[in-house]
Amino acid sequence: MTGPTAQAPTAPGRTDSLLSIREVVKRFGARPVLRNISLEVASGEFLTILGESGSGKTTLLRLIAGFEQSDGGEIWIGGERLDSIPPHRRPVNTVFQSYALFPHLNVFDNIAYGLRSKNTAKAEIPDRVAQALTKVKMSEFAKSPPARLSGGQQQRVALARALVNRPRVLLLDEPLSALDANLRRQMQTELKALQREVGITFIFVTHDQEEAMALSDRIALLRSGFLEQIAEPREIYGQPASAYVAQFIGQTNLLRAQIRNGLAQAGPLKWRTAETSSQVTFSLRPECIRLVPTGTPPAQPADDSIARFAARVLNQTFGGAMDTLELDYGSSQTLRARIASPGTLSGQHEFAFRASDAIPVRGEDSA
Amino acid sequence: MYTRSYKSAVTIPPLLWVTAFLLIPYALLFCYSFWSVSPQQTIVHSWNLQNYIQLIRNPIYLSVLFRSIRIAAAVTLLALLLGYPLAYFLSFHAPKRKDLLYQLVIIPLWASYLVRGYAWKTILGSDGVLNGLLQYLHITHHPVEFFLYSPFAVVLTLTHIYTPFTFLPVYASLEHVPRNLVEASHDLGASPWSTFRRVILPLSLPGVLAGATFAFVLTLGDFLAPLLVGGASGIMISNIVVSLFGAAYNWPLGAAISLCMLLLVMALLFATERLERKLTLS
Amino acid sequence: MSSSPSSVRAPFLTIYAALVYAFLYFPIVVLVLYSFNGSGVGGFPPTGWTLDWYRQLFQDGPLWDSVLNSAIVALVAVGISLTLGLPAALALDRAQFPGKALFRRIVLLPLILPGIITGLSLLMLFVAVGMKLSLVTITLGHGTALISVATTEIFAGLQKLDRAQEEASLDLGANQWKTFWRITLPNLRVSLIAAALLIFTLSLDEIAVSFFLIGRDNTLPLEIWSRLRRGITPEINAISTLILAFSIATILIWYRLRTRTTRAEEAGAQLLASTLEGDRS
Repeated sequence: MTGPTAQAPTAPGRTDSLLSIREVVKRFGARPVLRNISLEVASGEFLTILGESGSGKTTLLRLIAGFEQSDGGEIWIGGERLDSIPPHRRPVNTVFQSYALFPHLNVFDNIAYGLRSKNTAKAEIPDRVAQALTKVKMSEFAKSPPARLSGGQQQRVALARALVNRPRVLLLDEPLSALDANLRRQMQTELKALQREVGITFIFVTHDQEEAMALSDRIALLRSGFLEQIAEPREIYGQPASAYVAQFIGQTNLLRAQIRNGLAQAGPLKWRTAETSSQVTFSLRPECIRLVPTGTPPAQPADDSIARFAARVLNQTFGGAMDTLELDYGSSQTLRARIASPGTLSGQHEFAFRASDAIPVRGEDSA
Repeated sequence: MYTRSYKSAVTIPPLLWVTAFLLIPYALLFCYSFWSVSPQQTIVHSWNLQNYIQLIRNPIYLSVLFRSIRIAAAVTLLALLLGYPLAYFLSFHAPKRKDLLYQLVIIPLWASYLVRGYAWKTILGSDGVLNGLLQYLHITHHPVEFFLYSPFAVVLTLTHIYTPFTFLPVYASLEHVPRNLVEASHDLGASPWSTFRRVILPLSLPGVLAGATFAFVLTLGDFLAPLLVGGASGIMISNIVVSLFGAAYNWPLGAAISLCMLLLVMALLFATERLERKLTLS
Repeated sequence: MSSSPSSVRAPFLTIYAALVYAFLYFPIVVLVLYSFNGSGVGGFPPTGWTLDWYRQLFQDGPLWDSVLNSAIVALVAVGISLTLGLPAALALDRAQFPGKALFRRIVLLPLILPGIITGLSLLMLFVAVGMKLSLVTITLGHGTALISVATTEIFAGLQKLDRAQEEASLDLGANQWKTFWRITLPNLRVSLIAAALLIFTLSLDEIAVSFFLIGRDNTLPLEIWSRLRRGITPEINAISTLILAFSIATILIWYRLRTRTTRAEEAGAQLLASTLEGDRS
């Protein structure tokens, strides 16, 4: 089975591309973990590498950091080969998932560690550490031992420890995954602001697609070692390249439709389409399905840019701003819809969606 | 969760035994050290400080004590020099047979002190294996005398005995060093040697301390190795005690020396505990 | 699974490690080799292979008497140590009482204390109560010294014990004692066996404490010791080799027991963790 072709990454040799990953391959024993990954990272960009466990996202990060060696391909930074440099000499720094703070050193010495490794002038160190501490709002903890800090505080120290070295690229390996939901959201906002402020390229790894969409300039979605799609959040959400992307990012309904004479038909659903293949999978986001008020007459003349259908409400779940409905529209599959404040519904109702909201995607069974 | 009777049942029996067979004996040791022995070879229960004064005044005791300390320090240092790199090798350059290699280290540990001391005795003697080998290879032409019945022999034998003792706690503490700390150190620009010096070594110090304490204390109190391979010049402080409880019949004086040893051990344990707490910032 | 940066091959360290191993095994190899040596204990190279020393050994009555003595002493010492080490470990693990820290230090002290001090202080005790020195006093000495080993092993086993099992037992109506017999003790089975093996071996080899508590009958190490005073003979090599083989076998079994439970538990813990984290299907 050939791998899905990724959305075209930034053309190689783009002038503001800082990090260049070219056809990188990695295996653990016989098992392939990264299969021919190529992508360009722009200078000052916040790029998220998104994927489930086993997708290879952490491995890719570790390759950039230097903790693993690739089995093929090259990684370039600026105009020089990155992957031929040993990890302790690369101009990149990592924020580890477990923070990896040195327990026998206090916060100050942890942050100063990188500066001391590079023989930074002794006089300079206190100032730079103080600056870093201020940036992450941990100034009063300079003398604390790491063991006495909470998870969120340790994470900030880990961030400061990496940033103080002014790396050309900052790698973050799921740094927020150990935090509780509220703290997580707060740290996301701070992280985004921090990145804008320091202007350093961030490469962020996570399995949480909401987090990815909130933080990133671009998202690179990995699946089983392949690059599924790389695009801005809006584009990856609105124009998913494949059924997998559509399902991974946000929620969606997948409709396998037959095409005839410019019309797509999936069960009782019919809508206008420009697709020409005989069978195409479409992605329809739940929030694109509207409730047609009772008694609305059908459009005259018949408008196939809007698909109208009757369905029975199987399930209604309250969700704050929107309700989630499960609809039985006469097919073996059910549809999921998200509708704002519909009131309690039951029995048969009419629903509609715009033809342009049904996005054709590459699916498992499309040509 | 545990009732009073449960707690009493688990605490009282060992407490009683320990009182009877450890605390009271130490108390007796204490008492004896202040008594003296009469010319008729009986114990005189009159309390005085004669024994302690003798220990300080008589140069023999002090010189043997210092020799014992020197030997103990040498053994500790050598055992660490052998045991630490071995532990580091096993822990960080994890060869595939790590488990087997670990077992190979603990096997000599359990191979009977007496057996190993005896083995060295047969090796180091003037017609022992080592001399035989050296002469066979024409490196020497006469037996080398000082191999056996010397402080050298004592140090060698005890280093052999206590190297696994230093290996074990050092290995345990090295295994506990999270590997992501090593990666973090590299990430921050420290070379492998710098990483060892600034991260791995400090974090392994508790293990080093434990191993060193063990080796030092047990060597200091050892009397068997000197009897086996030490000869007259390799006598250590415990040998004096042994003879005081044997032919030289002066139990009070022997008790005084033993009590000093006991107090020294306790003081060392206390000090290393404080030191460890300071080192690990906890 | 990932290749850590320091798994770079280090040739000097490897050679050094090999030399340390050589140093550790050199006397042992020599000992065993020369127990088969025709010309006896010293010299080089060894000449002629013979089993004479072993034959001599097996006809040596007093030696085997001392082996029997050692075995009996060791068995009883195991009994004493476990009987007292088990409650001591439980007390340290579960009970809070004034002076607990002191209690812990005193119980564990014989581990690090040179044997001479333990031996001498016990000697004074026996003299004070008028007890004659014999195998009994040796046994009491071993038992006392080795309680610390039992406590340490069992304590480690208690740490791995799932407290929830005992709570479940109480919840289902069993009282503290029934819970102890039916739940706690069976879970400690491996620790107890491991401790027993260790104590048995240590008691067999014990000489420092025994030195001062010896009466008319010798244990094996003391018997060997008294022969050493008379001079070195290859027979001692032979018996040493046998002791070595026995100790090694016992310790390997002990080690297998220890690591088998650890790996099984680690495997179980990993399985539990991955189940709890859930899988994205």
